[in-house]
Amino acid sequence: MAKKNTTNSQTEWNYAASPESTSHIRLEKKYQLFINNEWVAPSSKKYFPTINPATEDVLAEIAWANDADVDLAVKAARKAYTEVWSKMSGAERGKYIYRIARMMQERAREFAVIESLDSGKPIRESRDVDVPLACNHFFYYAGWADKLEYAMPHKKPEALGVAGQIIPWNFPLLMAAWKIAPALAAGNTVVLKPAETTSLTALKLAEIIKDAGLPPGVVNIVTGYGDTGAAIVNHPDVDKIAFTGSTTVGKIIQRAVAGTHKKTTLELGGKSANIIFDDAPIDQAVEGIINGIFFNQGHVCCAGSRLFVQENVADLVIRKLKARMESLYVGDPLDKNTDIGAINSKEQLDTINKYIKIGKAEGAEIYQSDCSIPSKGFFCKPTLFTGVSQSHVITQEEIFGPVLTIQTFRTIDEVIQKANNTPYGLAAGVWTDKGSRIFNLTTKLRAGVVWANTYNKFDPVSPFGGYKESGIGREGGVHGLSAYLK
Amino acid sequence: MEILKTYKIYIGGAFPRTESGRYYPIVDASGSTIANVCLSSRKDVRNAVVAARKAFGGWSEKTAFNRGQILYRMAEMLEGRKLQFLEELTKQGSSKEAAAQEVQESIDCLVYYAGWADKYQQIASSINPVSSSHFNFSALEPMGVIGMIAAQETSLIGLVKLLAPAICGGNTVVLAASEALPLCAVTFAEVVHSSDVPGGVVNILTGKVSELAPAMAAHMDVNALVSESLGELDKTLALACVDNLKRNIVYQQGTTQGLPYITALQEVKTTWHPIEQIGGASSSY
Repeated sequence: MAKKNTTNSQTEWNYAASPESTSHIRLEKKYQLFINNEWVAPSSKKYFPTINPATEDVLAEIAWANDADVDLAVKAARKAYTEVWSKMSGAERGKYIYRIARMMQERAREFAVIESLDSGKPIRESRDVDVPLACNHFFYYAGWADKLEYAMPHKKPEALGVAGQIIPWNFPLLMAAWKIAPALAAGNTVVLKPAETTSLTALKLAEIIKDAGLPPGVVNIVTGYGDTGAAIVNHPDVDKIAFTGSTTVGKIIQRAVAGTHKKTTLELGGKSANIIFDDAPIDQAVEGIINGIFFNQGHVCCAGSRLFVQENVADLVIRKLKARMESLYVGDPLDKNTDIGAINSKEQLDTINKYIKIGKAEGAEIYQSDCSIPSKGFFCKPTLFTGVSQSHVITQEEIFGPVLTIQTFRTIDEVIQKANNTPYGLAAGVWTDKGSRIFNLTTKLRAGVVWANTYNKFDPVSPFGGYKESGIGREGGVHGLSAYLK
Repeated sequence: MEILKTYKIYIGGAFPRTESGRYYPIVDASGSTIANVCLSSRKDVRNAVVAARKAFGGWSEKTAFNRGQILYRMAEMLEGRKLQFLEELTKQGSSKEAAAQEVQESIDCLVYYAGWADKYQQIASSINPVSSSHFNFSALEPMGVIGMIAAQETSLIGLVKLLAPAICGGNTVVLAASEALPLCAVTFAEVVHSSDVPGGVVNILTGKVSELAPAMAAHMDVNALVSESLGELDKTLALACVDNLKRNIVYQQGTTQGLPYITALQEVKTTWHPIEQIGGASSSY
């Protein structure tokens, strides 16, 4: 894979394939809707295939919920809220959530394998990041259920009611956990819709919810496309919409709920700046840049997709970056050597390729690693663009793929201006050895999460969410609870 | 012969007339005109937003202690001009008792938020014990430029209760005064002006809510829109806010005071930094 070595080493970094086994996972051929702790055939009678984006093989058929199915789910959630969940003590609610966390831990490997099969992300990430973080999220919020009055001092915290939750395909199980755990801890019931390309782990989570003995209707999972999501958003008996996805769809939702009683939290797109100063530990910074843009194929809302390098170290950083890109393994998501797995869908691959084309047409200089990519499935080589400016489309719009743009800067004021000059404000990274400079930057960057000398770190206790058009509200930590309380 | 006051608007620390040249008369109970007030335009809103954006960097970076002092200074200035506000309130139809109470509440409200300026951060921020070797904390930061529609039923207290928590938290504000009772808003601008509040931090316009509020809601450089419920107009404003995902905060009528009014206009920022882990020494003592 590393055919073109541009650094100090001529080593060929080729490993024998080390695929994770799929023998221990259980997958049905066909999945129904999960309503009232039962598997219910959709009244639409329609199903759609979910495929493995690395092979294009069909993994299962998934029910496609229509308005009537969503209505059934909302009714189940309402009934569970009024009759059971809102009457239960916080301590008892917490025990159910702890149970979910434990059962997920027990089945962690199965979940990791299915996540990689269905989403295309490398097994190393689903195994070491997505699944453990999802378990921990339930574990963390379980403990809040009987302590809500400490989360909102001087208020008598009350649940909102039925929460409609719509999640994306980039972290399917983790986003389900981010949504369900705080909602349940705060005393709400849930109707959740996973993304159409990645329904499987949410449906496996439904198995756990049933096994954990949650009262019927507390969590309902309805699968489908955008029309299913719209049915949730527009349902009059939903009290809260929590959405993670694109800024475009976030705005559609915000318009749909205008003038209603529904509360929203939106976790949307980004075009986050990753800033490297000349005094930064360069090798660590290069690792941070790689992690910032190539983690999860760049399908990360907070991806560090705009790199700013101080001019006097730009040549060095770019040279090291290119060399590091050459050592990235692109390929089979189930192979434990793989760094970059499959692009989630054909549609997303087309989007990424469209932006790469735009970048070239705009006159930017492209560099792609010299790796081979599988002939089947959806793959994209790690890509960077130099010779770009603030006015390029590829530096302004979210690409949501393994594509980095690199700009240089001279002064701190200049880079702050450039970094903040975007409608987005989700995250930012700063790399420097100087403490006072870190605090100057982390204070002035208008973004909800700032990583200093690190990037793309997540934790259940750590609030996450954006400024400006990157969203409204926070998820995670004590701040994430208020989204589900009045 | 009494010298009558010209009621002008307040933008960027200056008192211009509306660029539109329009006015509307305010009449007392007997029907006689007590003032011709600026009927501000969308262009005035845009000018005010520019001033507010320019002022945001400096105001948000002032120390919390300093912002508290300036809010307290506003209370002092309001106290000194008590009689003027009493007169304006009674001219606009308040009883003497109600007017006295309204002015007193407004002064108290400014003192209340002066005290909050260097305290809310400690109450609402957190150190987050992440499961990795990082120091992680979440702190509040002001949202930015706030479009604000003063409560409509009162001339003074309804604007002070919305304005004070916003600037206490480091935001800058473009405020539309009560449409029917605008006099105190203009005089309050003079209080702001003489209280060491930097120009542009508070901008006050008079005019039609139905004209000014939609202009604020649609402005792409306004970060949040704050009002008490305006009935039918609420939905229109909510829709206009979507274009730049402006935070749209609608209170029920009869705003009170408290920490949530400050935190509603704050963003939570979470910062991570690695903690060095080398060597085996641990500190047990």
